Amino acid sequence: MLVLDRVGKTYPNGVRALDGISLEVNLGEIVAVVGGSGCGKSTLLRAISGLDTPSQGRVVLDGDLITAPHEKIGIIFQEPRLLPWLTVAGNVGFGLEDRPKPERRERVAAGLERVGLSDKAKVWPRELSGGQAQRVAIARALVPRPEVLLLDEPFSALDAFTRTDLQDHLLTLWADAKPTLVMVTHDVEEAIVIADRILVMRPRPGRVYEEIVTDLPRPRDRQSAAFDFVKRRVMAALDRSLDRHVTTDEGRTTADEGAGNWW
Amino acid sequence: MTATAETATESAPPKQRSLRYLRPLLGFVVPVALAVFWEIAVRNGWSNGRLVPPPSVIFRTFLELAETGELERHALATLWRVAVGFALGVVAGTIVGAITGYSLMSHRLIDPTLQALRSIPSIAWVPLFILWFGIFEASKVILIAVGVFFPVYLGVMGAVLSVDRKIVEVGRAFRLSGFGMVRRILLPAVLPAYVLSLRAGLGLGWMFVVAAEFLGASEGLGFLLIDGQQLGKPAQIVAAIVAFAILGKATDALLAWGAAPFLRWEDRFARQ
Repeated sequence: MLVLDRVGKTYPNGVRALDGISLEVNLGEIVAVVGGSGCGKSTLLRAISGLDTPSQGRVVLDGDLITAPHEKIGIIFQEPRLLPWLTVAGNVGFGLEDRPKPERRERVAAGLERVGLSDKAKVWPRELSGGQAQRVAIARALVPRPEVLLLDEPFSALDAFTRTDLQDHLLTLWADAKPTLVMVTHDVEEAIVIADRILVMRPRPGRVYEEIVTDLPRPRDRQSAAFDFVKRRVMAALDRSLDRHVTTDEGRTTADEGAGNWW
Repeated sequence: MTATAETATESAPPKQRSLRYLRPLLGFVVPVALAVFWEIAVRNGWSNGRLVPPPSVIFRTFLELAETGELERHALATLWRVAVGFALGVVAGTIVGAITGYSLMSHRLIDPTLQALRSIPSIAWVPLFILWFGIFEASKVILIAVGVFFPVYLGVMGAVLSVDRKIVEVGRAFRLSGFGMVRRILLPAVLPAYVLSLRAGLGLGWMFVVAAEFLGASEGLGFLLIDGQQLGKPAQIVAAIVAFAILGKATDALLAWGAAPFLRWEDRFARQ
């Protein structure tokens, strides 16, 4: 289980990016984090990954305090970030360096097969399309079989068609080993398609504002009325989180200046 | 000439391929024409060709030097000096460049001094090096090493400084640190710039070997130059220059060829 205990992050310049985030994510659960820009979504993910350390509180995975990147945690960034000097197969096998060669080869082949890029194994990253490159990045993160996979707006740089395609694909891949997924996104539909639970964050400092359980049968139909209902709930929560509506928990009546561009 | 080639390709597509391969030969037109003109001029007695020997004389001198083994002896002496000086300069430049690129503190500490030293014309070191290291091989090799050092140092430092933070983060996410990070992320990332700086360093090495050999050498291609000047043998000078050109080009090509397999991944404009 992944546990966040009152995690806070204050940058050296005094900016409080995160404040008192507590969260428990069960093994195999999918959590999406949405919220306005500057609400600390990415900071939160970086704290979980161990790439950054929180300034208050702690992140614990299965009893291990996370202070540095951990072998049970994989991360996928907004950009594929493939290593250009390795072939696609070399990139996918990057995290398996310590395994014997036959095992590595076998798992790389299986990983590529799962993302549908077996024929690209020997190709250089420069020859891939954006969607293909991101699929390679997904395979690279999944091949070491992480217990927790973190995704930082993984599909936001892709066109709409590729994006929905990869969202569905991610769920198929997730079903293989059922790792815990924590995904940061600014795409509400994406969050609802993928997540069991959606955390809506509010900025300055970043806090969890509302938690919405999607509770829809999978695979999820983006056109269904139930989907639309959840979408409206999330949108409303987002609006409230940015004080965009007349009534908020703090009773403000004026719109925030950032209301027009919450993403 | 281009115009006729183009009209020919348009009317006759099958010819296009052979013409394209011939195009680089256009670069030979001017030097070959000049050489032929000078050869004719000397043969017809328009000039005696004593100070500017015609190609045939240069070629004959070159062959004579090669046959007597003189050329080999001098070329090997020069090649040896360049090789040792290059190796020293590369090792020093790589180590210091990597350190100043990696650590901000050592950058602040060392880089200003090195930049100041860099602006000294390296030939200015010669008298001092002769005092320090004598007139034999040591002073020559060290002068070459100094020449090679700076481009390699600058190249390595710049390359290390400009490694993409996002790529380094991928290494961190896979729990690489220290040696693993250097071997699997930093080294491949700096390789293209490194090869370029090695080639620049090698070019300067060839420049400095001439300067070094001008200062009292008893063998080497630079010695052939001086010898030719003092004995009034311009053909020998030009033959030595030709030898320099061939060796310089050959070593550079060797370096580029040796590095090519490691750089096939590069996403370069020129490749398209």
